[in-house]
Amino acid sequence: MNVWLLALQEIRIGLRNRWVMATTLVLGALSLSLVLLGSAPTGDVKADSLAIVVVSLASLTIFLVPLIALLLSFDSIVGEQERGTLILLLSYPVARWQVVLGKVLGQTAILAFATIVGYGAAVVALWLRGEVGDESIAAFTTMVLSSIMLGASFVAIGCLASTLVRERATAAGLAVGAWLFFVLIYDTAVLGVLVADQGRIVGETALNALLLLNPTDAYRLLNMTATESTSIYSGMAGPGDAAGLPLPVFLAALGAWVLVPLALAVIAFRRRPI
Amino acid sequence: MDPIAQWAGVTRRYGKVTAVRDVDLALAPGAATALVGHNGAGKTTLIKLLLGLIRPDSGDVRVAGADPAGSRGAQARRSLGFLPENVAFHGAMTGQELMAFYAGLKRQPTARNAELLEQVGIAQAANRRIATYSKGMRQRLGIAQALIGEPRLLLLDEPTSGLDPASRADVFALIDRLRQSGATVLVSTHALAEIEHHVDRIAIMHRGALVAAGTLDDLRRGAQAEVTLRLRVQRCHTGQVLEQLPAEVRCTRRDDESLELVAPAAGKMALLRTLLAMEGIVVDIAASDVGLAQVYGRLVESIGEDS
Repeated sequence: MNVWLLALQEIRIGLRNRWVMATTLVLGALSLSLVLLGSAPTGDVKADSLAIVVVSLASLTIFLVPLIALLLSFDSIVGEQERGTLILLLSYPVARWQVVLGKVLGQTAILAFATIVGYGAAVVALWLRGEVGDESIAAFTTMVLSSIMLGASFVAIGCLASTLVRERATAAGLAVGAWLFFVLIYDTAVLGVLVADQGRIVGETALNALLLLNPTDAYRLLNMTATESTSIYSGMAGPGDAAGLPLPVFLAALGAWVLVPLALAVIAFRRRPI
Repeated sequence: MDPIAQWAGVTRRYGKVTAVRDVDLALAPGAATALVGHNGAGKTTLIKLLLGLIRPDSGDVRVAGADPAGSRGAQARRSLGFLPENVAFHGAMTGQELMAFYAGLKRQPTARNAELLEQVGIAQAANRRIATYSKGMRQRLGIAQALIGEPRLLLLDEPTSGLDPASRADVFALIDRLRQSGATVLVSTHALAEIEHHVDRIAIMHRGALVAAGTLDDLRRGAQAEVTLRLRVQRCHTGQVLEQLPAEVRCTRRDDESLELVAPAAGKMALLRTLLAMEGIVVDIAASDVGLAQVYGRLVESIGEDS
């Protein structure tokens, strides 16, 4: 009940300060531009453009959705404390875990709305042109749902950053650091390890584990290998079948990336003096 | 009656700074208590402890029989209203929306919110964004939210700071109304002279320690209070009057026709009898009682000498 009220309040504030509109417009503009401009490389003969769009959108999502999620969430706790609204909120009969959960849920809902509407615009555009196949609809649905999970995990990571530090600026720094690490640095580092290792220690299992330890990699593999149509276009198909992990494993990894930072944020917030 | 809230031997440190040291204080149901002291004396820390926002390093805090920072803390906070110092709200919300949100958190119907906004005098601004409110209006909204659900215990942290005289009077009128309705009120304040007639008990904090607690009369005794008498005397007879006064009476001002005397409060009646006996010489006597401000000043002074 309290969680619900807090989430609703978060959504209402998101609507008021135009966050919902801005993120929806950004994601919608990107997905539509991919649909409308992106048909050049495939030409008009392809029957199923949606599969290509799914692959392109997934690549964009990896950069954009974590960034938006962190922007929404880094302020959650430390910002309210700095503005002086947190002390009043906590004087009400709410538990601290409810505050964390309510905020994460509300911000995830904002992101989910933006993703569904923004990316949905692409499907509608393609459907109007009659270029939507059944299998690619499934891939698209998986992509949207996993994008929301990816967003939720970065909302939780941002919220964790927000509960750990004393000042907003530090939380913003941590959020930017988290984005750089997970989105840019991690893959390069893993690649570096693989090259240096030459396959002596890091085998296929270890590599899979390494990739699941980063929510953006779990998301990437999920969307680029999960279905046959997307794996062809993403260049991940082949006799070796690159990752070879079933869909539920990726979903579980993403789920863990939501729940673990969330749990840590609750623990950190409970210890935080106000 | 059991106290509705109490601190028992409570100490709280922030790093090396001891914000509150070994405080024992209880709030009896239905009483209004003023918590006074200089900035940084530990007033807000005491209130935060009561809200369960921080835990004591040692000692025990109870609200309605429960530990406010414990698992039943949320339950204990249900019967509590709080106005923070420098109250802040999300500026994008309207007053009415905010009241609805807070009423929901307290499981109270929103039907009475309009009445509360009316009561604090901002009903006309209920549908405006809070970002457009003045400081006084925000403070009034802060009071309105504290009153949601008719709480049995109200904690008002500096309710009058930064308000104009009319708004301050409104706050004191509110405290009086709350007392009459049987609610327990704790007001932290610097406005010593203004608060003394609106509360039953006074607790004085100084550098984290509770130096005195009780009714104003209790404190006067503890502070070895003094009374000030202003006399009007027949011209050129002031010397004659001073000669007949007991030794403990000091003269603080003197001119041809008037005298200002300071005497220990305990000797007030004896002194008055002496003065009345000088009928014809002493024309008029005005006595001013010791206010909270003086009591506070003397208490703090005496502590300063000790340490």
